[in-house]
Amino acid sequence: MARVVAVTGNEAVAEALRQVNPDVSSAYPITPATDIMQRFTSFVSNGKVKTEMILVESEHSAMSGCIGASAAGGRVMTATSSQGLALMWEELFIASGTRLPIVMALVNRALSAPLNIHGDHSDGMGARDCGWIQLWSENAQESYDNTIQAFRIAEHMDLRLPAMVCLDGFIISHSIERIEYMEDDKVKNFVGEFKNLNPLLDLEHPVSYGPLILPDYYMEYRRAHAEVMSKVVGVVLDVAKDFEKISGRKYGLFETYRLDDAEVALVILNSAAGTSKDVIDAFREKGIKAGLLKPRLYRPFPYEEIGNALKHLKAICVLDRADAFGGSYGPLFMDIASSLYTCKEKPVLINKIYGLGGRDYMPEHAELVLNELAEVAKTGKVKTFKEYIGVRE
Amino acid sequence: MATPTGITLKELSKKEGLLTSGHRLCAGCGAPIIVKMVLLAAEGPVVAANATGCLEVSTCISDYTAWKIPWIHNAFENAAATLSGVETMYRSLKKQGKISKDIKFIAFGGDGGTYDIGLQSLSGAMERGHDMLYVCYDNGAYMNTGIQRSSATPFGADTTTCPAGSVIPGKTQNRKNLTKIMAAHDIPYAAQASPSHWMDLIKKVKKALSIEGPKFMNILSPCNRGWRSRTDDAIMLSRLGVETCYWPLYEIEDGATKVTFKPKEKKPLVDFLKPQGRFKHLFAPENEWMLKKFQEMVDKEWEFLLKSDLGGKASGAE
Repeated sequence: MARVVAVTGNEAVAEALRQVNPDVSSAYPITPATDIMQRFTSFVSNGKVKTEMILVESEHSAMSGCIGASAAGGRVMTATSSQGLALMWEELFIASGTRLPIVMALVNRALSAPLNIHGDHSDGMGARDCGWIQLWSENAQESYDNTIQAFRIAEHMDLRLPAMVCLDGFIISHSIERIEYMEDDKVKNFVGEFKNLNPLLDLEHPVSYGPLILPDYYMEYRRAHAEVMSKVVGVVLDVAKDFEKISGRKYGLFETYRLDDAEVALVILNSAAGTSKDVIDAFREKGIKAGLLKPRLYRPFPYEEIGNALKHLKAICVLDRADAFGGSYGPLFMDIASSLYTCKEKPVLINKIYGLGGRDYMPEHAELVLNELAEVAKTGKVKTFKEYIGVRE
Repeated sequence: MATPTGITLKELSKKEGLLTSGHRLCAGCGAPIIVKMVLLAAEGPVVAANATGCLEVSTCISDYTAWKIPWIHNAFENAAATLSGVETMYRSLKKQGKISKDIKFIAFGGDGGTYDIGLQSLSGAMERGHDMLYVCYDNGAYMNTGIQRSSATPFGADTTTCPAGSVIPGKTQNRKNLTKIMAAHDIPYAAQASPSHWMDLIKKVKKALSIEGPKFMNILSPCNRGWRSRTDDAIMLSRLGVETCYWPLYEIEDGATKVTFKPKEKKPLVDFLKPQGRFKHLFAPENEWMLKKFQEMVDKEWEFLLKSDLGGKASGAE
């Protein structure tokens, strides 16, 4: 029987990792992800997992160690946040370019400067184009479920790509929620035995990892990477189907909430989607046809599927918990705009930047935005296409 | 030519070379000579990691590889961290009964990837105690990117980023003593070697690989492009490096220092410097003070080394 527990997001991710039981983990502490590895290393110290830990001296070495271990031939995971992810940046591309199925929990946190340890999507957004798969999670349950599914997706023989599971720092990582844990053997059977592909430790078939590739072939390698990214959507959906069978929980590329007959909608990632859904219910009661779309698979971004889900709307507000300085709009906005570009009839799009550095996203913020959207839908007129909300002027 | 350890050139020449010819390192480069010697010394399976650098870019240009053993290159600063991952996966799989063979792990990095950008990753790997040998082939500058100054560049040398000019006469600082830094990690074995003294080098590699835990070897690697020397001078120059005590041969085993080669007659440093164009400006009359200072630096280090030489007694070695 599934166990119903009250745990934090970090605790749920650590439990998923215990159940998956990787061969090696290489990690370095950073707030707010530290807690995941603290809990996991206690599993190691108490013989609850077979995992060999490498407690490295930096996040750069954490990812370097993961790359070495994964290339050697086995299941590998780590966790980080913010500056840690930024320090790994070089290695993120090497992990994906080498096609190593490493799984990493990314507990989303703001980037310096100024120094700030709280929830914010700047870290994950900065790494969105590094060739990894990104799954974003609204709450502890989704963080747990996505972590388990991430191994199956990353290690799929058609993909062999690293995957990061994103959850909001503190808001989810450190808040206690009711969630359901699956049985150990169910998780074990679901992820299955790790399948090797050209392992470095195969002495009978010596391989060279990490060649120099000059202009004669570099582009073909990058194109192959782009092509393999296009297969991710199918694998994510297949894995979700299998996961539903054992958990009863349904996952897709994104979640829609009261969207089918909606006229206005919010597009928002992670924890703030929960708050927004409550406000949408209140607006529905007032007779305003409001809905929501929450992306789950953020990289590769399912442009066509999301475009189709949103094209019937009159007005949409994309809420970004990160800004893309100099890019005019937030990163999520730019992806949503791209997903609608090919549609003949398009909704009006506006962009709000919210919740940076852990600033609370309150129901009144969602109300403010939905009221504005209702006005835009009625008049077709937009006051400002992009603005910061919940900020001192 | 038999030796106390039973190694003979004849015997070594019969062993399969694990770094094949056809790689694209420059003619006369010290690095492949060192790698071949290190791999000849190893017995049983070896898995290697390589930091970005001359050796790496020249030995594995897709779709070719000169490595007959499993080999991994990740980036510039992390050969030690990468090999930590490989070695840890090996331990995990061995414990699970998925691997039965004993494997030795060797990392190769140049001085840029070891003294400078890779020092943190190397220090971490040594502290964690991974069972690996890290070999630095020290050619004294960033040769791969075109002879830029590193912290291994010797005093006075002319490089493309500390060029000998009318105001600044080349590198004004002494080089970092990395072998001592590594020994200060209290690892079971740290040593310096030179390809000119091949028997000494091979014995050290054999000893290092027989010890469990983290080991470090720093090996002088002449680079005719960067040293501005003749193409076929690599062995001659590395010998002069040893005979002038610019590059002393010693090992530190379990904390006990043993100088493994003491020249009968210590040659003047200028014998090592003169054949190298990178030191040409030091022989101008106005830079005489630099030659003097450089000689003093080398003398001081050599004296210090002799004072700390226990002949390996504390370790019970021969």
